[in-house]
Amino acid sequence: MKKVVRGFYSIAYSVKLCRPDVIAAYPITPQTEIVENLAKMYADGELGNCEYVTAESEFGAASILVGASATGARTFTATCSQGLILMSEVLINAAGMRLPIVLVNTNRALSAPLSIWNDHQDSMILRDAGLMQIYVETNQEAHDMVPVAFKVAENPKVMLPFMINMDGYKLTHAYEPIDLLDQEVVDSFLPPYDPPVYMTTKNPLTFGCYAPPNYYAEFRVVLQNAMERAEKELEKAYKEWAEITGRDWGGHVVTEGVEDAELIAIAMGSLTGMVRNVVSELRNQGKKVGLLKIRTFRPFPAKEIKEILKDVEKILVFERAVSFGYEGPVGMEVKSACFGLTPEFYSFAVGLGGRDVPGEEVMKIINEVYDGKVKQGFHFGTVKPFEEVVV
Amino acid sequence: MINILVEVRFHGRGGQGVVTAADILAVAGFKDGYHTLSFPTFGAEKRGTPVASFLRLSDKPIVSRDEIYYPDYVVVMDPTVIGPVKVEAGLKPEGKLIANYPKGSEDLKRAMGVDFEVLTINATKMAMEHLGRPITNTAMVGAFVGATNVIKLESLVETINEWFTSKELAEKNLKLVEEAYNYMREVCGW
Repeated sequence: MKKVVRGFYSIAYSVKLCRPDVIAAYPITPQTEIVENLAKMYADGELGNCEYVTAESEFGAASILVGASATGARTFTATCSQGLILMSEVLINAAGMRLPIVLVNTNRALSAPLSIWNDHQDSMILRDAGLMQIYVETNQEAHDMVPVAFKVAENPKVMLPFMINMDGYKLTHAYEPIDLLDQEVVDSFLPPYDPPVYMTTKNPLTFGCYAPPNYYAEFRVVLQNAMERAEKELEKAYKEWAEITGRDWGGHVVTEGVEDAELIAIAMGSLTGMVRNVVSELRNQGKKVGLLKIRTFRPFPAKEIKEILKDVEKILVFERAVSFGYEGPVGMEVKSACFGLTPEFYSFAVGLGGRDVPGEEVMKIINEVYDGKVKQGFHFGTVKPFEEVVV
Repeated sequence: MINILVEVRFHGRGGQGVVTAADILAVAGFKDGYHTLSFPTFGAEKRGTPVASFLRLSDKPIVSRDEIYYPDYVVVMDPTVIGPVKVEAGLKPEGKLIANYPKGSEDLKRAMGVDFEVLTINATKMAMEHLGRPITNTAMVGAFVGATNVIKLESLVETINEWFTSKELAEKNLKLVEEAYNYMREVCGW
């Protein structure tokens, strides 16, 4: 049933349909309304036997889910920014313990200075944490990816936490028509969680035990192996989702007009729609440009990306984060995937701390790179004149 | 495909329902068969600070999520943001500015030094009469629908009924919507 709802609700409703056992959360803008919606559903008795726990912090919320997940419960939380960073110690543990917690991160900038607005600096900091990470373009995609996240996280070949990244405000606060899923559809796609290992009072187990040097490395090898299997399992889940719902969001990446492209623009998240529009406008003007949308960021689909970029002259990445002291993190990954190829490489960090990225800016950047008017390498998007105090 | 794209920008202050105004019209517009998108921007999350929200209506799925720089319509909820905020920025020459402004449209045109169509309504007074509070968003969505014909009144009425879970509040707001709508029809000579 298609209905105009807010981004928050599109997530909460989908979480409900996934029949979670335990939700633990702590509020943070622009995430709060997701768990507010879930808390209301809980209070109204719509969440079955689910336990909803209000935690004292994000650290607490994630810790509660680690305990719950270890007993075999299906677990969910949502957070962002400082909240995600506060959760990070626990989430990294959850990955090591192979606990399939699903979380939605409503991407928001990091302090300092304080910002409540959108960019990807928060989730990028967790790049190496052992969480699967995908980035969605629309609220419909976000709604659809919640069951996919549970399915792959809880897949016995994977058993890893899964983080869905959706842009704060641009998606969370947007009202737009969403085709809300039916319970039967989700039930036919997502089986009940059947953990290979879980603890009970009669069968106590230790998760996250001490691993001395003669054991530790093997645990990390299996984590890497699980990520490698996750690449295939996630691809399969994407396909199955498309077959069941008729909504095909594509695989790890989606391309448009890349076959004969001289320039391929790369984007993730809610900015992608606009980049697609600009690219198609430039195509109409006869410019050979294409789009590569990256959906899955961890596991990183490097081989696929290299194959797509193998003949292109120019790569242009729209970054929403910076790895200070080097460049944008998506560009780093793309370049690493392209090892052995020799395209020109450009990246632009745009929309930091919620600065709006107008279509005109995207058009200007693509045109300038296409026409060879910009130096190769990393750039910031539109920045006002300013004076540095510490020089 | 006839490529309809209507872009509306709302201005006001935190607490006046600026965000909700765009949201209500996104729901109402969908009932009329449009693809719709609404979203806000604001400074601090505090009452009284300037807030803007955005609404797109189209016959095609909406993919651009940037702010609206060249609106077809601007709706102003609070007369005191005019000046501190350049509410008319980028308004298309054939566009309309619809403002809650008690001194009338001629006065506002002079004050702003603009020559596009300006329509005014004393929404604060109407809101005080119906709600007892200076929350002007429902009056202004009524005024918007009355002044533009972009969305059907019936769709707006249906949305207001669904939006407010309290029946009493829905009825009060409906009266406010209808008064503002009828007032704007008269001003526009429709």
